[in-house]
Amino acid sequence: MSDLITLTIDGVEVSVAKGTRIADAAKRIGNDIPVFCHHPKLEPVGMCRMCLVEVGLPVRDRATGALLTNADGSPQLNFGRGLQTACTIQVSEGMVVRTATEPVLEARKSVIEFLLTSHPLDCPICDKGGECPLQNLTMAHGVGQSRMHFGDKLKLDKHVPLGDLIYLDRERCIQCARCIRFQEEVVDDPVIRFHNRGRSLEIVTLSDPGFDSVWSGNTTDICPVGALTTADFRFGARPWELTPVASICPHCPVGCNTTMSTRREAMANGRTVIKRIMPRQNEAVNEIWICDKGRFVHHFADHANRLTQPLIRQNGKLVETSWGEALDFVAGKLQIDAHMVAGLAGARLSNEDLFAFQRLFRDGLKSQNIDLAKRRLAGGDVAAQVGLSSGSNLKDLGKGDAILVVASDLHDEAPVWWLRVKQAAERGATLVVANARATRLDAFAAFSLHYEAGQALATVNQLVSMAKVETDTAVTNDIVSAAEALFKAENLVIFYGSEGLAYDETDALAKLLGNLLLIENGHKHAGRVNNGLVPVWPHNNTQGAWDMGVHPAYAPGYKPVKEAGLDATAVYAAVANGDLKALYIAGADPVGDGLMPDRGKLDFLVVQELFLTDTAVLADVVLPAQSWAEREGTFTTGERRVQRYYPAIPVVGQSRPDWQILAQIGERVGLGKPAFAASLTFKDVARIVPQYKGMDYRTLAQVEKQWPDVGGEDLYYGGNAYENRSGLGQQWPVTAEKSAVAHFDVPTVKTGRKDGLQMMWTAVLYAPGTLVDCSDVIAPRKAQPVAALHGTDAARLAVADGDWVEVMVNGTAVQVTVRVDDRAPVGLVLVAGVPWWPGTAVADLKKIVAAALAVN
Amino acid sequence: MFGMIAELAKGMGITLKHFFQPPVTTQYPEVKRPVRNRFKGRHELKRYDNGLERCIGCSLCAAACPADAIFVEAAENTDDERYSPGERFARVYEINMLRCIFCGYCEDACPTQAIVLEHNYELSFYDRQSAIYTKDMLIVDVPVNGRPTPQVVEPGVFTKAIPMMENPE
Repeated sequence: MSDLITLTIDGVEVSVAKGTRIADAAKRIGNDIPVFCHHPKLEPVGMCRMCLVEVGLPVRDRATGALLTNADGSPQLNFGRGLQTACTIQVSEGMVVRTATEPVLEARKSVIEFLLTSHPLDCPICDKGGECPLQNLTMAHGVGQSRMHFGDKLKLDKHVPLGDLIYLDRERCIQCARCIRFQEEVVDDPVIRFHNRGRSLEIVTLSDPGFDSVWSGNTTDICPVGALTTADFRFGARPWELTPVASICPHCPVGCNTTMSTRREAMANGRTVIKRIMPRQNEAVNEIWICDKGRFVHHFADHANRLTQPLIRQNGKLVETSWGEALDFVAGKLQIDAHMVAGLAGARLSNEDLFAFQRLFRDGLKSQNIDLAKRRLAGGDVAAQVGLSSGSNLKDLGKGDAILVVASDLHDEAPVWWLRVKQAAERGATLVVANARATRLDAFAAFSLHYEAGQALATVNQLVSMAKVETDTAVTNDIVSAAEALFKAENLVIFYGSEGLAYDETDALAKLLGNLLLIENGHKHAGRVNNGLVPVWPHNNTQGAWDMGVHPAYAPGYKPVKEAGLDATAVYAAVANGDLKALYIAGADPVGDGLMPDRGKLDFLVVQELFLTDTAVLADVVLPAQSWAEREGTFTTGERRVQRYYPAIPVVGQSRPDWQILAQIGERVGLGKPAFAASLTFKDVARIVPQYKGMDYRTLAQVEKQWPDVGGEDLYYGGNAYENRSGLGQQWPVTAEKSAVAHFDVPTVKTGRKDGLQMMWTAVLYAPGTLVDCSDVIAPRKAQPVAALHGTDAARLAVADGDWVEVMVNGTAVQVTVRVDDRAPVGLVLVAGVPWWPGTAVADLKKIVAAALAVN
Repeated sequence: MFGMIAELAKGMGITLKHFFQPPVTTQYPEVKRPVRNRFKGRHELKRYDNGLERCIGCSLCAAACPADAIFVEAAENTDDERYSPGERFARVYEINMLRCIFCGYCEDACPTQAIVLEHNYELSFYDRQSAIYTKDMLIVDVPVNGRPTPQVVEPGVFTKAIPMMENPE
């Protein structure tokens, strides 16, 4: 390739891409130039001076431009007059770098001594001690003895809460600004900053609440000293005492690779517990970042309220029973008329669980009445044909490419996707955002199309058909230009969500967008690498649920079934009117989510859960399941990457993995012996689901070297993120990659929109729920029920900021606080922190007077 | 020949001398022989004169221990509930005396000279559980002028954990 540049570092020749910095080039050949402020994911600043090296450039004749040579034929080099920073200087052809000469070593000693002039040297109590770049580099390059007096060191605050989650130790900070630069450059949350200068310099937070960013935990990872610590792990354990276990984040469809650091703990009666969660490097998924939800919302796995024993209803009360009894009872009760039994699953279950779930119903009970308990987003079948092609990486998108995001707030639904889409836009990709309201992605979008509530399909239809509409409004013009940009794009990735849309609207939306990818314009997008559709699923494994056939109309591998069963909506109706006799719910809480008011006319209700949820309380049998931290399994991301996670902590009580419970019931209804390991269930999956063909637990665990190298054994990035030793996962190919895909027939959907002020549910990252409620550390950030509305609407309704109002959510009255926010569109109330409901509804805000509030 | 007999008589003489000396048997446990100063017996967790614990829960003793006999769990001090100077203290400190080989590496590793192998050698147990010495068993009594931990202290006084080998004022 022509853009490779060859240089020599300590006598070793290396060819790297143009624009690479010397420090990164040296890393390629295993030459660790020590750094503090430099980080390959951040722009260089050259603040710490640790990376000083001698840089020699070939000398050219001024007149001719020819390279001058010495008498022995070697090129003449000009090493300048001093040392230069390897982290800021880009490589150039013929450059010669010396990293081990006397002046370089002397400079390193001096820089270390300087950085330690006021460092507290409290390594024994520092959380970073043991994985600290400053500690490591001092051992490697420091002089061992300081000329400074210990008593002269500055005494500064050691306990400065930058927010609820992050604490600052001002004494330890070496002012490298990695955290500040990360917040500004990488995630665009400039909420922390340097304040004052010189010795008085300190990091302060500018936001209220402090350090108001969903990425704050990452700053503790990249901090090269122990200046930033998380509230969760502070003084929790020494790094060398922790056992790293590879896992996958169980919260959103991004599927971030994580590592759980576990340790036996006396306070937990000798149980092994999760002490912290850190990112695990996977450059195709989450690079080296995770959001704070993934980092801090893990306490549910160890929570005291976990179910430990099967419960069975006797004389109206749930009492503990044995597994054998519970399973026999469930199996006996379920074998009634196939039309009378249904199963609803949560999309947090693993592929193995979901496969066993549909097998129990389809093969065991001969019922097609299975679905996801929360039907929020359709289009799995579309994504199976024109989804993001295998081998794609959002990191590869840039100039000439386009990304379309429809009806989704990626920042709160799938933060790492938001980050990577934002970065693609910054690299030059054209970003088109279409939503009923402003989202944080708008700032990076070339075109922000804000449609009226209920007009999503019409807008996307215009985008797809590029039809000019008669009213020549600005929005329409934008649509035309946006459509042009999308057609011209070399690569096109489309994200779509369900904000303000009903289920059948999302189905039509997916098909419309599928057609956009199928449009022939010199080249077709569908089926090519770095092109395709990505559904922003509501849960981490909704994709897996579609793949595994947890759908009334699709068997595993998207094979249509002869006679479709009842979908979730129909199931809830049948529960109420008595058409269903028995319902099996695994990993979902439809009562708590407001989807099912009560158990209706059911004869028999089984709930398989971690906690005694609102649904479980009503059940006849409650089966305790294991959380993802106690067992192994696989999740499939929204990009259809199948990834494996590993058991980290011991089993809670007598709980069993979901797939095992389902297979043991299956055994009792004649499905044969259950598999005795998740890996064997996955073998069945790979045998039956064509998309998963060739995958097994070994192939999913394959790894390759990740660049930039930050998780390795080196002295200065070691604590940044964990090296991926446990698997990068496998992305399964969509139909369009192998064969032609026909255009989708887009169903016409009638919007059920009624006139009046509209109300739309919006996603928030820390939405209240069973899992988030268990993490005390995140409690102050937990989303409160809020209704945001525009000033004109607020004036019309005579409500003010901070007022309490009552809104109807799924037929239940919910109290929410009013926030007057002119970013909300006129005529649309944005409600967050309440249970989800499909589509939009008429906002019937009832103001609650203070007296009534006081009574409540 | 004569020389041989002389040597024999000399040796028998020594035997005879000891025959008339008092016996060296000490009546343990009624009588205990003092041990050498550097004898390594059961560990003690020391306190400063004001009663604060020297141990800061850094777990370096556990890291140094070749027998993996030490278990430490740390927590954070506050001025209202202060166990040790600085931010960190040992919430849980356990030594399994069945595992300990009394090598003294923990002493060497300790940055605050909190753990010292003292002169108590009377370690015997009826079961394995009682071989685990907890912090209550290991920590020394509060000095005469000191206060027991946790202490309520004035803010901003005991901010530094180390190095602070002397007694804090």
